[in-house]
Amino acid sequence: MANPAVKQDPLAARIEGLTLPDGAGWANDARGAALSRLTAMGLPRKRDEYWKYSDPTTLNAPEAPRAGLFVTDEAMPFSDTDRLKIVFVDGVYDAEASDDLAMEGVEIERLSDALARDIHWARDHYGVLETRGQTPVERPLAALNTAFATDGVVIRATGKAAKPISLIYLHKSETSDAILHHLVKVEEGASVTVLENGPAAARFSKCMEVEVADGGQFHHIRAQGRDHERRASTHMFARLGQESVYKSFTLTVNGILTRNEQVVEITGDNAVAHIAGAALGDGATGAFHHDDTVFVTHDAVDCESRQVFKKVLRNGAEGVFQGKILVKPHAQKTDGYQLSQSLLLDEDSSFQAKPELEIYADDVQCSHGSTTGAIDEEALFYLRSRGVPEGAATDLLVLAFLAEAIDEIEDESLREDILTRLQGWLDRHRG
Amino acid sequence: MLEIKNLHVSLEEEDKQILKGVDLTVEAGKVHAIMGPNGSGKSTLSYVLSGRDGYEVTDGEALLNGEDLLEMEPEERAAAGVFLAFQYPVEIPGVGNMTFLRTAVNAQRKARGEEEMSAAEFLKVIREKAKALKIDADMLKRPVNVGFSGGEKKRNEILQMAMLEPKMCILDETDSGLDVDAMKLVAEGVNALRDEGRGFLVITHYQRLLDHIKPDVVHIMAGGRIVKTGGPELALEVEQNGYADILAEVA
Repeated sequence: MANPAVKQDPLAARIEGLTLPDGAGWANDARGAALSRLTAMGLPRKRDEYWKYSDPTTLNAPEAPRAGLFVTDEAMPFSDTDRLKIVFVDGVYDAEASDDLAMEGVEIERLSDALARDIHWARDHYGVLETRGQTPVERPLAALNTAFATDGVVIRATGKAAKPISLIYLHKSETSDAILHHLVKVEEGASVTVLENGPAAARFSKCMEVEVADGGQFHHIRAQGRDHERRASTHMFARLGQESVYKSFTLTVNGILTRNEQVVEITGDNAVAHIAGAALGDGATGAFHHDDTVFVTHDAVDCESRQVFKKVLRNGAEGVFQGKILVKPHAQKTDGYQLSQSLLLDEDSSFQAKPELEIYADDVQCSHGSTTGAIDEEALFYLRSRGVPEGAATDLLVLAFLAEAIDEIEDESLREDILTRLQGWLDRHRG
Repeated sequence: MLEIKNLHVSLEEEDKQILKGVDLTVEAGKVHAIMGPNGSGKSTLSYVLSGRDGYEVTDGEALLNGEDLLEMEPEERAAAGVFLAFQYPVEIPGVGNMTFLRTAVNAQRKARGEEEMSAAEFLKVIREKAKALKIDADMLKRPVNVGFSGGEKKRNEILQMAMLEPKMCILDETDSGLDVDAMKLVAEGVNALRDEGRGFLVITHYQRLLDHIKPDVVHIMAGGRIVKTGGPELALEVEQNGYADILAEVA
C-alpha cells in the first residue's frame, strides 16, 4: 500500500481506476507486458521531446475531464456509403446498433472474444506492432491502451472485403473515458477499407495495429469531428510487406485536444505508404489543439512513402506536426516525401512543425517541406474583384490549400463525402 | 456611367499622396483612354475604383450610375458592374478556372437578385466565348492563371469580362507583355464587348493598343491629375513626341 502521506505518483493515479481485463493466458501475458512497458516508461511529460508542443496533462489525469456533447441534425460522415457498421457508444460495442459482423472477404470479431480464446491468430499480433513502435520513440499512452483496452474489434481480411468496415464512435456521456484497441490483419493479396468517425467519448484512447502482408491493401479514412471539448489520443501502428499498400487519411475538425500518432514500418520491397491529414480549427467555438505525430521507417528497397498534412487555423487554434522519415542503410531507391503546411487565418493561431529526415542509404530520393502562411491577399482581392464575396472567396482558397491532402483519398465517393463535411464546417465557421 | 470628382488618394502605409484631384467622366457607350508616364497614378486609379486595400481616399468621390463606389466592398462593386482587367492577373493554385468563373458569375447574379446560371447553360456560354479568344478546354480546366503565358493570362481576363458582362470595364495596361498577334486577339475581344450600355477606361503607356481599340476620348495623366484631354489625335501626339512636350505645355 502506498503511504498516503507520500504524494502518489502520476502513473499509479492514472491507472488506479483501471482493471486489466481477463482473457486467455496469452492475452493476459500481452496485457501484463504492456503494463510493464508503461511502468518502465512512465506517463508522457511536458518536458519530453515528443510532447514539447502538446500538453499531456489531461490525457494523464486519473479521470476524463468533462466534455459537452455537440448537438446537430447533420448526418454523420459516410452515411451514404454502403458499409458494414460497427458501433461503439462511449467506448462500448453496441450489438443492437451494429450490423451483423459476417461479410465476404473478412472475419470480424469483438476484441474481448478474440482475446478470450486460447488459440487465435490475434495471439501473434496483439501489442506486437505497438511494442515495435516504442523504439526509438517511446509512446507510453499506446502501451497503456494495450494493457487496459476494454473493447475493440479484430479484423482479418482474407480476400477482397465486400464493403468498407465502418467504425462509428458515439459519445453520449459527458464524462466517458474510452479505451479501444483494434487489430487488422490483411493477408496476402487481400484488401480492406476501414472507416472511422465520431467523437467517441469525453476522453478517447484508440490504438489500431495493422499488419499488411505481401500484396495486401489497407485503406483508412477517418473523420474526427463534432464535440468541441473531446480529447483524443490515437495511435496507428502498421507494418507493410512486399508490394503492399497502406493509405490513411484523417479529417479533423473541432476538439480541444487531438493527438494522432502514426507509426509505419515498411519491411517489404516495393511497398507504398501514404499518410495524409486535413485539420481545421476555429478557436472561437472552443479551444482547438491538433497534433499529428508521424514516424515512417523504410527498411526495404524501392518503397514509396508520402506524408501530406494540412491545417487551417483561426481564432487561436493550435496545430502541431512532428513527422519523421527514417531510411535504414539497405533501403535503397526509397522515395520519401513529407509535406506539412498550415494556413493561419489570423495572427492568434499557431503552428509548430518538426520535420525530420534520417537517412542511412545512399541512393534515395527524400524531400520534405514545411510552411506556415496567411491567406494570399492578392488572390483574395482577385476573387472578390470578380464578385465572389469575401467569405466564399476565403473558402475557395482554403479548399485549394487543402486539395493536395484531400486528393490522397482514392475513392471518389468517399472523397466527396469528406469534401461535404469540409464545406459544412466552413459554412458554420465563416470568419 | 462613371463619374470621378476631385479624387485624392494616399497610400495607407506611408504618407504619400498618389492621386491629387482626378476629375473624369466616362459616358455609357464610350471608350476613354488614360495615358501617362510611369508613376503618374494610372494603376492606382484602377485599384481604387475596384476596391483594393492599401489606399486611403482623402477627398473626392467616384460614382457608378450615381452610386457611391468608394463605400462598397470589392465584390459589391463587381456586382454593381465594375470590372478591372489586371495588369498582372493573379495565379491561384488549386482553384479551377471554370469553378472560379462559375462561382463569380453566380455570386454576381445572386447579389443582383437574378437567377443563377445552370451548369449546362454556363458550359455552353463559356465554350462559345472561349473559342473566340482561342482559349482551349485545357486552359479552362487548369487552376486560375497557373502556368499561363502572359498572353494567355490577358486573354483569360477578357474571357472573364465577357462572361461577367460588366457595365464599366477598366483595363490596366492590358497590352503589357503582349506580342502583336496576342494584342490583336485581346483587342478583338474587347471590341466585341463594345456596347451602348457599357463604358471603357483603357489605361496604357503606348498608343499601339489604341490602334486596335479606338478610343473616343484620350486623357493624359501626370502627377496624380488629368492634365490634358482630347480626341484620338492626342494619343498619336504622345506616340510621336513623347510626354515631355505635353507636360511642358501644361506646366
